[in-house]
Amino acid sequence: MARVEGEGSLYVKVKGDKVDDVQLRIFEPPRFFEAFLRGRSFLEAPDITARICGICPVAYQMSAVHAMEQACGVTVNGQLRALRRLIYCGEWIESHTLHIYMLHAPDFLGYDSAISMAKDHPDIVQRGLRLKKTGNDIMTVVGGREIHPINVKVGGFYRVPTKHELSPLLEKLAWARQAALETLQWVATFSIPDYEHDYEFVALQHPREYPINEGRVTSNKGLDCDASEFETYVQEEQVPHSNALHARIKERDAYFVGPLARYSLNFSVLSPFVRDAALNAGLGPVCRNPFQSILVRSVEVLYACDEALRIIHAYEPPDTPAVDVHPREGIGHACTEAPRGILYHRYTLEDEGIIRDAKIVPPTSQNQRTIEQDLARIVPRYLDLPSKQLKWRCEQSVRNYDPCISCATHFLKLTVDHEKEDQGSDEE
Amino acid sequence: MKNKSSNLVIGTGNDHRGDDAVGLLVARRLRTRPNLNAVVREHNGDGTTLMEAWAGAKKVIIVDAAHSGAAPGTIYRFEVANDEVPTTLFSHCTHTFGVAEGIELARALKQLPPQLVLYGIEGARFDLGASLSNEVYNAAYTLLTHHLPQDTRGH
Repeated sequence: MARVEGEGSLYVKVKGDKVDDVQLRIFEPPRFFEAFLRGRSFLEAPDITARICGICPVAYQMSAVHAMEQACGVTVNGQLRALRRLIYCGEWIESHTLHIYMLHAPDFLGYDSAISMAKDHPDIVQRGLRLKKTGNDIMTVVGGREIHPINVKVGGFYRVPTKHELSPLLEKLAWARQAALETLQWVATFSIPDYEHDYEFVALQHPREYPINEGRVTSNKGLDCDASEFETYVQEEQVPHSNALHARIKERDAYFVGPLARYSLNFSVLSPFVRDAALNAGLGPVCRNPFQSILVRSVEVLYACDEALRIIHAYEPPDTPAVDVHPREGIGHACTEAPRGILYHRYTLEDEGIIRDAKIVPPTSQNQRTIEQDLARIVPRYLDLPSKQLKWRCEQSVRNYDPCISCATHFLKLTVDHEKEDQGSDEE
Repeated sequence: MKNKSSNLVIGTGNDHRGDDAVGLLVARRLRTRPNLNAVVREHNGDGTTLMEAWAGAKKVIIVDAAHSGAAPGTIYRFEVANDEVPTTLFSHCTHTFGVAEGIELARALKQLPPQLVLYGIEGARFDLGASLSNEVYNAAYTLLTHHLPQDTRGH
């Protein structure tokens, strides 16, 4: 299955008119990196973990620096905090736009890829490429380079940009905000499958801002905890069919992280301009239809452009590029909002700042159980479709979550096993 | 960065993924060659940024790892103006919108450079933390000593 980040396979077993089994099998790189981090300096974690994912390195850097700073009793405020929010906006714009235009939109318009879509809609695809590039430009200016930014460190940055260096982004972002609005209006015209479910949405919540780097871990079913309590409420389980651990809320079940959860729990703190745009696009303040995730991602791109403009307009270079962080023995935890949802890091440090233990829970493993449950509910609705179209609908359903299976060696293989006498297994 | 020379060699890949790093290795080795008649760039394999990476260059040569099931070290060569690039050959890429997709997207948008050659080197292993296999290392050497000097000559 193409157009899903990374390596994995999806197995759907159909018995008569019922789905008997759904297994999403993914390979999860964080396990390798957790072992790799042991014995390293706490200062190395941001750069090492940024290598886990080519699409969301900033998320890994941000969760790492926040966790290290918590372990060391340091809080980063003011313009350094704003710059972190700015670089994260760049990653949201880049990652979401890639998914909207290159991976998900072809599903809704009946194309097998963005390449064939580009032949019919070159101007739209060009708009997507330019919008994505605006995100890359932010990451380049603040992070030092667009892929695997090298300027982020525990305590702040190695070097902070001048106002003059940020100012060229203003014109680009003004264009990007308009392009993001047009993107939202464009995806609002797509034919969206009529499907909703009462998910447990889990996202950060912050009293004054749409959550990116900070907030309590909350849900619409009563979860409300600090990142340091994440493992008290969330349990990871080994499942036989996947290398990745499945996460669930203890004493409940699967949960849903990512744009739909963020949006549904934080609609009220979006800027009024963005709220209006979302409502005009046909969204309500809560969205329970995962196929509408393409709209919600577009809303978040619009918000990220708007927020980046606000941050740059208010920017005054801080006196120091980073605050001093002195290592101490302890445990640090952090959750930040990667484009695909909450990314949890926990580190145990020895007194010289050597990492004794590391734990990383990426958003895709948190959504894995929900993806499987979605497919078990969605597939029966489309069993009368020809095999090829059924597979296409399964792929579209998985892409609702923009799963980052990261660092691939193969496409995701999709197998729909019809347990009937006249039909065998289909695999592609 | 401007592409001042008319020849541009782009090596793509991921340093942490075994043979996926071969494009980057070729770029780094090529850069140390004396009298090199090309600009050399390293690239992470994000197909959506290729058009920007090759902007202004007349002849572009891209080196990437391939994953087709052929013998490790097998070298593929595509003259992109004539050959459609099979996306499945390069599906190991960390970005699913990888080099092959980026090239075909550029073709659809009529933004291919005047001349584009794509080299694929069949990899043996793409595991996290793995080193380059001997077969791929040897193929990189062949590319550096035999193919690339011919491709960058005379421009």
